[in-house]
Amino acid sequence: MNPIIAGLVTIVVGVGGCVGYFYLSNLLLDKVIFPARGENISRNINRANAVRPWLFMFPAIFALGLYLVYPVIGSFWRSLYNRAGNEFIGFGNYQALFTSGDFQVAFFNNLLWVLVVPAASTFLGLVIAQLTDRLSWGNIAKSLIFMPMAISFVGASLIWKFVYANDPDIGLINAIRDFFGLGVIDPMLVPFWNNFFLMVILIWIQTGFAMVILSAALRGIPEETVEAAIIDGANPFQIFFRIKVPQIMGTIVVVWTTITILVLKVFDIVYTMTGGEFDTEILPSFMMDYMFRDDGIATAVAFVIMIVVLPVMIWNIVQARRELR
Amino acid sequence: MSSVEIENVHKIFGTTHVIRDVSIDVPDGSFVVLVGPSGCGKSTLLRMIAGLEEISAGEIKIGARVINEVQPKHRNIAMVFQNYALYPHMTVAENMGFSLRLARHSKDEIATKVRDAAQILGLSNYLERFPRELSGGQRQRVAMGRAIVRDPEVFLFDEPLSNLDAKLRVQMRAELKEIHGRLKTTTIYVTHDQIEAMTMADKIVVMRDGVVEQLGDPLTLYDRPVNMFVAGFIGSPSINFVGGRIARTDGAAKFLSHSGVRWQVDPRVAEVAGGTPVTYGIRPEHFALATDGESGTLPAVVVTVEPTGAETHVVADIGEDRITAVLRERVSARPGEKIHLRPDPAQAHLFESESTLRIQPSGEAH
Repeated sequence: MNPIIAGLVTIVVGVGGCVGYFYLSNLLLDKVIFPARGENISRNINRANAVRPWLFMFPAIFALGLYLVYPVIGSFWRSLYNRAGNEFIGFGNYQALFTSGDFQVAFFNNLLWVLVVPAASTFLGLVIAQLTDRLSWGNIAKSLIFMPMAISFVGASLIWKFVYANDPDIGLINAIRDFFGLGVIDPMLVPFWNNFFLMVILIWIQTGFAMVILSAALRGIPEETVEAAIIDGANPFQIFFRIKVPQIMGTIVVVWTTITILVLKVFDIVYTMTGGEFDTEILPSFMMDYMFRDDGIATAVAFVIMIVVLPVMIWNIVQARRELR
Repeated sequence: MSSVEIENVHKIFGTTHVIRDVSIDVPDGSFVVLVGPSGCGKSTLLRMIAGLEEISAGEIKIGARVINEVQPKHRNIAMVFQNYALYPHMTVAENMGFSLRLARHSKDEIATKVRDAAQILGLSNYLERFPRELSGGQRQRVAMGRAIVRDPEVFLFDEPLSNLDAKLRVQMRAELKEIHGRLKTTTIYVTHDQIEAMTMADKIVVMRDGVVEQLGDPLTLYDRPVNMFVAGFIGSPSINFVGGRIARTDGAAKFLSHSGVRWQVDPRVAEVAGGTPVTYGIRPEHFALATDGESGTLPAVVVTVEPTGAETHVVADIGEDRITAVLRERVSARPGEKIHLRPDPAQAHLFESESTLRIQPSGEAH
């Protein structure tokens, strides 16, 4: 079949199926199961109204259960088996993991990422949002800073590969070093600091996100509180840090935690730039490395990542809901 | 405490001239109210005194010092905003003490001053609360407390009561006036509510379109408005205007409305008025209920009757002119019925219709 027709058929069947489900199930509930007539009319209406929300939520609950809840439990169960899946080894995978030096490096590196990337992105985003607020060309500057958001992590990594290239004719870093008469280095080979060179890529991408959200939050601050602070004698720094920032703290937390969650998921940058070599491994890339290798350790890594993300995610959701109120 | 002198001040935003050559003298310790419809420039003028807007031309002095180029924090003023502008992340005590903390006063000193201000405002039990936990009236008091702790030379109020409900507004009005009586700090107060202006001010400045229309104490503005705008703005319900001209019949000058009704006028005014078109202005409370046949009464057809308990507001047509009368007595007339009203010619004003200026009776003190 022609793919366009196939697509259209899928859309029609899908949307029609949804509409049909809601319409028919509702009809069934009202006319057949709890009909609004007969001797039990008021009881039937009440029952139908009690059942209806569940009826309508069922497809969503079912889909989320199938594609989110089941995989979590399934992964956990799977992580207790060996690679072939035929031998129960208890927490053997986890044991192997925590005693492995590579895992410890990845865990430590990931900790650095979690500490540095969200902090740097949020801070830069906040400062840029404030500085561009009153500029006539502020919106152009913001658009430029936001643009990396539209680039895939792999694409961004390739761009930065050029920046970090160990050739003064290509790489920016080495061009600058060359200008000052310093020798050529490969930034990816500098121990410890190569982690930070990788983080810069994600910070470059995420600053735009932080800036856009925080810029909107800054504009939501009542102008009068700022004017009151001016009259109270606050200088621009005091206005920013003691009046504006505390008022948007909720939003800052949401941005911060959102980026933190992202940091715990991104493997592409490390995968593309170093492949996890030179002690730059982080948990997601570590997981990818083991996906097609021995032991079935990858599911255990996935589970560790989930456990680490969970508290941040709960905090994020709680804050976001509070902001909405 | 200090006087404030505003001399020939202008404010220009781009191509709009918002304040035009305004000069106001605010004596030391007085309570001056800037009043006018929205967009008249009163808030802009206040913000210029505060330092939130630049002064395009002219001079503003606080005490003997010209403050055009002085930063807001060095002007020694405190301002209360319409929306209170409390810092939502600080407690009441922190809100009130913020300016002192910025000025690096000692902790003990701040605590003492905050406590004293809270005492004056009845906020002592709320010092550890956050603004969101307070009622509108309490927030308003905190905003005032923030101004009081600084012990400024001048208080600036920008429509501070307009977010409160009617009952609370009356109460806060009295409180504010009492606090002013106690602190005696020079106060400049902006409002669009003429009742606030009348009840609180030592001196009222009526503004329109960036120009001062009239400046004077409340009762002078009420009794001798310089033009139709001031006459219409001050007083509630507002003054009645009837268009017409002065006509002389059998030697006595009378005001002849467009619909042909003859109204008695003060001869001292009529003598000045001449033959130009004039507008007769009379306040609702200067009508009295009369019976037919008495001299100086006018027949009126009732449109609506609004009893308020203490007095009765009657809207009626005299000739083709619709007027409002506030009568002491209770009126049982129904819409469409005819009653007789007697305007008090001694209290009526005549305005030149074209210039809208009030015609001053011969012999009236300026």
